[in-house]
Amino acid sequence: MMKRARVAWNGTVTEAEPLDDGRLRLPDGTIVGELEVMWLPPVEPCTIVALGLNYADHAGELSFAAPKEPLLFFKGKNTLIGHRGRTVRPDGVNMMHYECELAVVIGRPARRVKAEQAYDYILGYTIANDYAVRDYLENYYRPNFRVKNRDRATPLGPWIVSHEEVGDPMALRLRTYVNGTVVQEGYTGDMIFSIPYLLEYITEFMTLAPGDVILTGTPKGAVNVQPGDEVVAEIERIGRLTNSIV
Amino acid sequence: MVNVRLRLAGMRQALEAEVEPNSGTVAFGGRTYRVDELEWDAPIAGAMYGVALNDLEEWAALSKEMTAPPYEKPPEGPVLYMKPANTINAHRRAVLLPPGVKQLQAAPALGLVIGRTAARVRREQALDYVFGYTIVNDLSIPHKQRYRPAVKEQARDGFAPIGPWIVPKEEAAPLSSLTARVYVNGRLVQRADPSRFRLPVEQWLAEVSEFMTLDPGDVLFFSWPADAPLVAAGDVVRIEIEGIGVLENKIAPEQGGDE
Repeated sequence: MMKRARVAWNGTVTEAEPLDDGRLRLPDGTIVGELEVMWLPPVEPCTIVALGLNYADHAGELSFAAPKEPLLFFKGKNTLIGHRGRTVRPDGVNMMHYECELAVVIGRPARRVKAEQAYDYILGYTIANDYAVRDYLENYYRPNFRVKNRDRATPLGPWIVSHEEVGDPMALRLRTYVNGTVVQEGYTGDMIFSIPYLLEYITEFMTLAPGDVILTGTPKGAVNVQPGDEVVAEIERIGRLTNSIV
Repeated sequence: MVNVRLRLAGMRQALEAEVEPNSGTVAFGGRTYRVDELEWDAPIAGAMYGVALNDLEEWAALSKEMTAPPYEKPPEGPVLYMKPANTINAHRRAVLLPPGVKQLQAAPALGLVIGRTAARVRREQALDYVFGYTIVNDLSIPHKQRYRPAVKEQARDGFAPIGPWIVPKEEAAPLSSLTARVYVNGRLVQRADPSRFRLPVEQWLAEVSEFMTLDPGDVLFFSWPADAPLVAAGDVVRIEIEGIGVLENKIAPEQGGDE
């Protein structure tokens, strides 16, 4: 596997291989256009582990000291939508922002994995846009579910790129565009806790299953978005994940 | 006799059975079994969400703390936590004590199993979306802070025994009468009932489904942590909810033998 998408086409859900010209090849060889399919999240994780404040610049932006231990929280599958989906901005809120994040997809059952072996347990990577509605922040189990676990507020995709194809996931540029303008830029090498560290830390106390996802946090540059905005989260060597705010 | 939905180890499909919660017999397929001669699996495979700070006794004990930093004020919206797939555990299966940890808190909880996709449900209709009730043993490493999600304390492998079965709500006594009793090594250590819930479960279903959809098989659970027991290696925790059943699990060390 180099690149793998999951799409709905012709009344069924199927895997698809994205081609360089933008079209998709289905497992039976059929070639379809990228606008002929409905893009689904490329995995159906049982468990989604997310990171808060994993880039020092973003922590600073939110007036937090960088954490000494990873700040983890869980997300439900209700949150996921695919590439080109629509996410609702609730009526009357003051601050809803995108968060472009490198998403790690687990490839093997992972328990007590050592950082040195971490990449053996990773199938590949995709892009997440982990929207937050800050109006709902409360100081209990923060970030609480009303901020971070909203229906269809975590676009994921467009596809998974294998670990071998990505190479070093700690050396990728991240960029978010709102209506074509760059609003967020970062570098995965600036994570406070690296992917191998996180995999060791998490699997010390919980088993991750194939298809589970770790969202590795977002860098500085959180800006309010409004209905009608088109938000593109882009990560070098992976792709561009498009979402519309409604 | 109560008609329940259950799952046994080694079988992919759920079964319907008749159980006698007091004597502990289970009848299906024309035969009757004792609960302890069957190998159990968790009766659900969905997501498990706990509603925190719903126990009035816990709320009263924290009332002062909740007005001080870092909390500043009591929560207005639901405070939820998740018990992910790795935490799901079954009746009579061991719960492993992590290395270096001497005690766990074992909080009894009433689990509502969702029967119909629940999005933006109204409080008045909320129970229409519930298939039935089950028992959850909400285990955690004791911790005081509630400012950040207590993932390492709550989400360890096997920390959410659930079952042994689901009692469809039509088969169960009224929700308000579902009294929980916790026994550790046979000794009664806690007794609690839904009159201790800060808000009714219908209200929570409405508030939670306002922003997140619950699917059939998902569980929203409500614990009574205020006076929940601390348990150690070798202890047997038995949670009984009247008219629902008995969920029993032994605490075992994670490494080094069976005691």
